[in-house]
Amino acid sequence: MDFTRLEINRRTALLTSAAIAANVINPMRAFAQETPRKGGVFNVHYGAEQRQLNPSLQASTGVYIIGGKIQENLVDLDADGKPVGVLAESWEATPDGKTVTFKLRKGITWHDGKPFTSDDVAFTAMNMWKKILNYGSTLQLFLTAVDTPDPQTAIFRYERPMPLNLLLRALPDLGYVSAKHLYENGDIRQNPTNLAPVGTGPFKFVKYERGQYIIADRNPDYWRPNAPYLDRIVWKVITDRAAAAAQMEAGELHYSPFSGLTISDMARLGKDKRFIVSTKGNEGNARTNTIEFNFRRKELSDIRVRRAIAHAINVPFFIENFLGDFAKLGTGPIPSTSTDFYPGADTPQYPYDKAKAVALLNEAGYKPGPGGTRFSLRLLPAPWGEDISLWSTFIQQSLQEIGIPVEIVRNDGGGFLKQVYDDHAFDLATGWHQYRNDPAVSTTVWYRSGQPKGAPWTNQWDWENKTVDKTIDDAATEVDPVKRKALYAEFVKEVNTELPVWMPIEQIFVTVITAKARNHSNTPRWGSSSWHDLWLSA
Amino acid sequence: MRILSLAGRRLAASIPTLFLILIGVFLLLQMAPGDTVDALMAQMGGGDAATARELRQFYGLDLSIPMQLANYLWRLVRLDLGFSSIYGKPVASVILERLPPTILLMTASLSFAFFFGLVFGVIAARGVNRWPDTLISTLGLIFYATPSFWFGLMAIVVFSVYLQWLPSGGFEDIGTMQTGLWRVLDIARHLVLPTFTLGLIFLAIYLRIMRASMLEVLNLDFVRTARAKGLDETHVVTRHVLRNALLPMVTLIGLQAGTMLGGSVVVESVFSLPGLGRLAYESVVQRDLNTLLGIVFVSALLVIVVNFVTDLLYARLDPRISADS
Repeated sequence: MDFTRLEINRRTALLTSAAIAANVINPMRAFAQETPRKGGVFNVHYGAEQRQLNPSLQASTGVYIIGGKIQENLVDLDADGKPVGVLAESWEATPDGKTVTFKLRKGITWHDGKPFTSDDVAFTAMNMWKKILNYGSTLQLFLTAVDTPDPQTAIFRYERPMPLNLLLRALPDLGYVSAKHLYENGDIRQNPTNLAPVGTGPFKFVKYERGQYIIADRNPDYWRPNAPYLDRIVWKVITDRAAAAAQMEAGELHYSPFSGLTISDMARLGKDKRFIVSTKGNEGNARTNTIEFNFRRKELSDIRVRRAIAHAINVPFFIENFLGDFAKLGTGPIPSTSTDFYPGADTPQYPYDKAKAVALLNEAGYKPGPGGTRFSLRLLPAPWGEDISLWSTFIQQSLQEIGIPVEIVRNDGGGFLKQVYDDHAFDLATGWHQYRNDPAVSTTVWYRSGQPKGAPWTNQWDWENKTVDKTIDDAATEVDPVKRKALYAEFVKEVNTELPVWMPIEQIFVTVITAKARNHSNTPRWGSSSWHDLWLSA
Repeated sequence: MRILSLAGRRLAASIPTLFLILIGVFLLLQMAPGDTVDALMAQMGGGDAATARELRQFYGLDLSIPMQLANYLWRLVRLDLGFSSIYGKPVASVILERLPPTILLMTASLSFAFFFGLVFGVIAARGVNRWPDTLISTLGLIFYATPSFWFGLMAIVVFSVYLQWLPSGGFEDIGTMQTGLWRVLDIARHLVLPTFTLGLIFLAIYLRIMRASMLEVLNLDFVRTARAKGLDETHVVTRHVLRNALLPMVTLIGLQAGTMLGGSVVVESVFSLPGLGRLAYESVVQRDLNTLLGIVFVSALLVIVVNFVTDLLYARLDPRISADS
């Protein structure tokens, strides 16, 4: 898997140093000199069907992978991870952070021929982002109105200061626009357009056969010149991961996004010249593996016990032997891919040290009883991803060695969320924390107290820390980017000290794509992006 | 007339069973932690509590469980299967879309298993304890012991990846939308591997049963009489033995039609076929109660129909059976 390592290095270099990037990027020039070829069908692996395809209503990769080619967002991220205008041409915020003005691109039409205007943006923002879109409703909580003085201007008005860099980093995911004329009448959730999306994007929706495939064709009236190159995209519904790998090999699939294949198949295809297996193009979809502690268990409410558990687990060994090059050691809730907010590893860390773990447990008063058992715990692993299953077994075996027998209780998705975040019927839980480019989008809710019971992926640990709460609140409305970054560094330090949730592994989704693809994986959220420049060589 | 009354009695007997099954499945799914909104949240990657509350109202989950059950049964009496929460359309139309692939696959693999099970069973019985018998029985055992997903994946690796003879999955070719006879041929091509995969296990069972019942019937007195009459061996086997030996096979088909619906979850997933098995699995994971109950209802109907046809076949094969009833 040297290739993957190379890709990761290339990415890191690209993001950190422009001088080095210029050298490393040279091999890519070979691609750039080829003349882009028009035409071709691009077949995409679609693992889990969603209930709808409109990214203005549901923020998840399973929707972006389709809806993101048909509908467009106000801004997206460029190759360096900086916001770049799509439907919006430019933007500015007032110094108090309460007004953000977007200038929209002229001459864009919806796939049904109607013009795209600021009315569509205002309607989507107020009725979809603020009311229905997951994470959007939190982001836009203090949005009071969107004014539309002319068809090319949308003015967002906020009750409290909205940091411009937070908004611009959130909008690539949470800023897809839907057509007002198709949604203004009737219940938005039941609108048939949700399953036959209409957008302004490079591809037009053609057909959706549930359980089989989705087809979108080239939009001949697309606003970017000469784009798109592909004639058609077909998403094939394949639920069996091994079967999807076989279809890649048979040439019936070109692309399997977001770690859609098994770890062993990805490693195997990585050695095959016909495929590129890499984490590149997924930096915007970083995640960390967690251990969530339930403070209702008196043992776990003792910080020494939480630290002992962390010290008892040999994370580097686990990564090297089970996840290989697809993961790296994590240092806290903000992953190293987040160039704007990563505070470095200079925060409290818990390296493997079994003796220290034992000493901490003894100090806390949990001496080994008969058979060496101190106390036992119930661990609930989330069912998404092989890595979580492996990780939970590794936790079980590591804790057994320090006298804490662990019972693993497996559930499916709905069951896991209900038991952990609503019923609180767990001692330890483990799953993924998804980082969405800015800690205020979906990271700080893991630590901020006062989360409503039942809200998944939030602080349901019965843990409250006033200092942390204050840091989180201050950072969320701080308009100065430098001060914001400092506040988040402070936040990481505080939560790594208290350890209500431990996030020791950092992962980026893995892409498996045909070596014939060009202009792929060239932005940090490429799988979700519009693919207007993607083409297939002969 | 006799057939009609038999059918009537059969149906009357199965209605209470059907209701018991539906109530059982409903309650079982209530015991599973989480509801369809939790499953949706899992799929979305999160959302706030207000959204969840609104969604529960939207899906009618804010009612008490007995109320939900009563509502469901009342709708069922009016032959309304309800609305699917994952598909956003009536359950009846969701199931209707998925029925053709399942029935095609089921019929194809049952016929394949039945025909070859019968042929191999007869050959094995004729050459009992000699090499054809040993070979067939060993192969049967191997087919029976191998999990079908493995068979499926290996078939894909050999026939699709290496030889590139057959498509590796899907119900039909999406690239070139065929019509008429070409479409039929295209679908048939796509169903070859799934049919073999699903059929092999059943083939193994059928050939064992056929072999055993052939051996039993071959030793009966009337066979000796037939031979004594001077009939040649082929005639004895086809006219006299086979017909009697078929009874246990027919029984088994009736029983296994139901198993086949369930067994196809694996095969449908491996070959990406849009069938009922996968729909059922998805409905459980997504806690889509209406769809799941709808599938149970339709599957139960299918099993009842198949068993009814089996009964009719009995009567055809052995006149004594219908004389008794």
